[in-house]
Amino acid sequence: MKLKITRDALVPFASVLVALAIGAILIAAQGHSPVQTYHVLIVRGFESTAGLQATLSKAGILIMSGLAITVGLRAGLFNIGAQGQVLSGALAATYIGYRIHGLPMYIHIPVALAFGALCGALVGGFAGLLKATRGVHEVISTIMLNSIMAAIVDYLTQNQFRLKSQPNTRTPDMLHSARLPHIFGYPTGFVLAVLLAIFVSWVFKKTTTGFELETVGRNRSAAWYAGISVKKSIVLGMLLSGAIAGLTGGLFSSETTGYFVPTFYGGIGFDGITIALLGRANPIAIIPGAILIGGMRSAQSAIQFEAGVSPDLINLLLALVLFFATAPFLAKLIRSNSKSITTTSGWGS
Amino acid sequence: MQRVFGSINIKSWKFLLTAAVLIVWIYCYVANGDVTNSVVASGMRFGMPLALASMVGIMCERSGIVNIGIEGTMLLSGFTGFYVASYTKNIIIGLIIAILTGMLTSFVHALMTIQWQMDQIIAGTIINILASGLTSFLYKEGSTVPNTWPIFDIPILSRIPFIGHAFFSQQGPIQYFGLILIPAIWVLIYKTRWGLRTRSVGENPGSADTAGISVIKVRMINVVLGGAIGGLVGGFICLELVGSFSKEFTAGAGFTALALMIFGRWNPMGAFAAAILFGLAQALSTQLQIFGVNNIPNQFITLLPYVFTILVLVFSAGKVRPPAAEGKVYKKEEA
Repeated sequence: MKLKITRDALVPFASVLVALAIGAILIAAQGHSPVQTYHVLIVRGFESTAGLQATLSKAGILIMSGLAITVGLRAGLFNIGAQGQVLSGALAATYIGYRIHGLPMYIHIPVALAFGALCGALVGGFAGLLKATRGVHEVISTIMLNSIMAAIVDYLTQNQFRLKSQPNTRTPDMLHSARLPHIFGYPTGFVLAVLLAIFVSWVFKKTTTGFELETVGRNRSAAWYAGISVKKSIVLGMLLSGAIAGLTGGLFSSETTGYFVPTFYGGIGFDGITIALLGRANPIAIIPGAILIGGMRSAQSAIQFEAGVSPDLINLLLALVLFFATAPFLAKLIRSNSKSITTTSGWGS
Repeated sequence: MQRVFGSINIKSWKFLLTAAVLIVWIYCYVANGDVTNSVVASGMRFGMPLALASMVGIMCERSGIVNIGIEGTMLLSGFTGFYVASYTKNIIIGLIIAILTGMLTSFVHALMTIQWQMDQIIAGTIINILASGLTSFLYKEGSTVPNTWPIFDIPILSRIPFIGHAFFSQQGPIQYFGLILIPAIWVLIYKTRWGLRTRSVGENPGSADTAGISVIKVRMINVVLGGAIGGLVGGFICLELVGSFSKEFTAGAGFTALALMIFGRWNPMGAFAAAILFGLAQALSTQLQIFGVNNIPNQFITLLPYVFTILVLVFSAGKVRPPAAEGKVYKKEEA
């Protein structure tokens, strides 16, 4: 048993190595030094104190977005468009953060984050409702809602929510009482995210709701025969997934930037997909992947300035990691028997 | 005709919708022929890439494989097609490379879904993420292609009043080729032995296997053929319609194409009609912007295609029946 667990863990590890090797070839092909690039990546992401703090902050956010996807996958829903929910949650939390005055920190932060989660849940829940009532597959509806939310958020930031005194498009700063504090420079969001991961894990292991969601995710007709309302579970699964995605956006605003610019949030929702698939939709197992990706993301701009390599290298590396970790040939090589994840298949409701 | 569009029911809302579009079209044509012609022609230009992209979905799904990697297939093949055309200064070589890239990408999808029996939606997502990562990392600014494909009128057909200008005039060769390719795919699926095999594999792979059809072979070939069409669309957009490659140029079109496929009930002609309708709606909203309906903010006009896509599915998804074996891994039973 123990041996099997270590072999399963070897697969993502090996796929990171293979991805880095392929990345090195491509970097060299572009005329840069792979050694220097990876040196910058490691130093900026994991070695220096500042790098580690940035990495953990990013990792906390990515754990959350990974959890959003994980909750969906467990319920048999592929929330591929978590990005739109992240955006709406971020803007909503930022709005509460700068608009409401005079609240103490221990009320202001939860209210702002809860409002972010609510807005994310509305967007995700809408997709769930479309699936439950009209049979609209969430893969298509959430991708479309991504673009719709991006346009709405962009419009609001340019008009109603805009800080007029600044030439560039952004909202006013969140008040100090809505900003998540850092403890000795280390982000609290990371702790929150780990706690949330433990909570989600508990929900799926111990609660009836979690069991019902998972049953619907595994076998819809069996769930139906067992008397579980499939439609309710679909809506609930998307609501929860959307709420966590919205919370992710709110956390990012409150902890990192303190104000809202639509382009800040690029890729958080999509990295969540990579993280959830790497961790095989296990709320606890996604944490190491999120820390790794957090480090790569926080060193992203450094590899451009210090090694001259396009920051899109990180996107490529992550795509390769995902490919090698999910395609079974590395797993076969290592002789791991980990089961692959299945989502809903086909377009029928 | 009836076989082409399914059974035509006067009360069906799709029929009513088509009739309404026709009436509005005729009315606008009478009122202002030039503007109407240009709107319809630009609707064709919006609609054709989507129609062709939904053919990728149909080819795969009729054989039982869900392909949400259309987006990535188009992105990668547009990329290689454009840069090869730019390097060799030859857009024909560029297009061939685009089609080959599409086939290769789909082959990887087929490996993942058929050979390795991975979840099909996850496999498609991996294709999309890989394509986006590769093309954005290797992207270089400032490349150009020597020329795009010529735009021309088809001699006699373009003179036909009313429809001639819309379908057969002022378009490039791939656009016209699409008008042949889509009916050809319809014939392939409904009128040939290969099509019969494809459909049987997509509906009931177990019995198809019993009847001596190699499920794996039929699926592999269909997915790779679909990839060739996906490559054609990538080349079509980058070498004919736009004439350049930009990061993430697909912008969700692959998913819209899947919605149109569902709306058209996995029937090539149905998906084509849906795509043209979709293109017309988009062209119309662009025209409204030009006419100066200024109180609608720009952001909301750009999000119309996405709203249309959701609406298309709201009205069709629950009512149609996808190929029965779609999305399921086929494992041959051991004797």
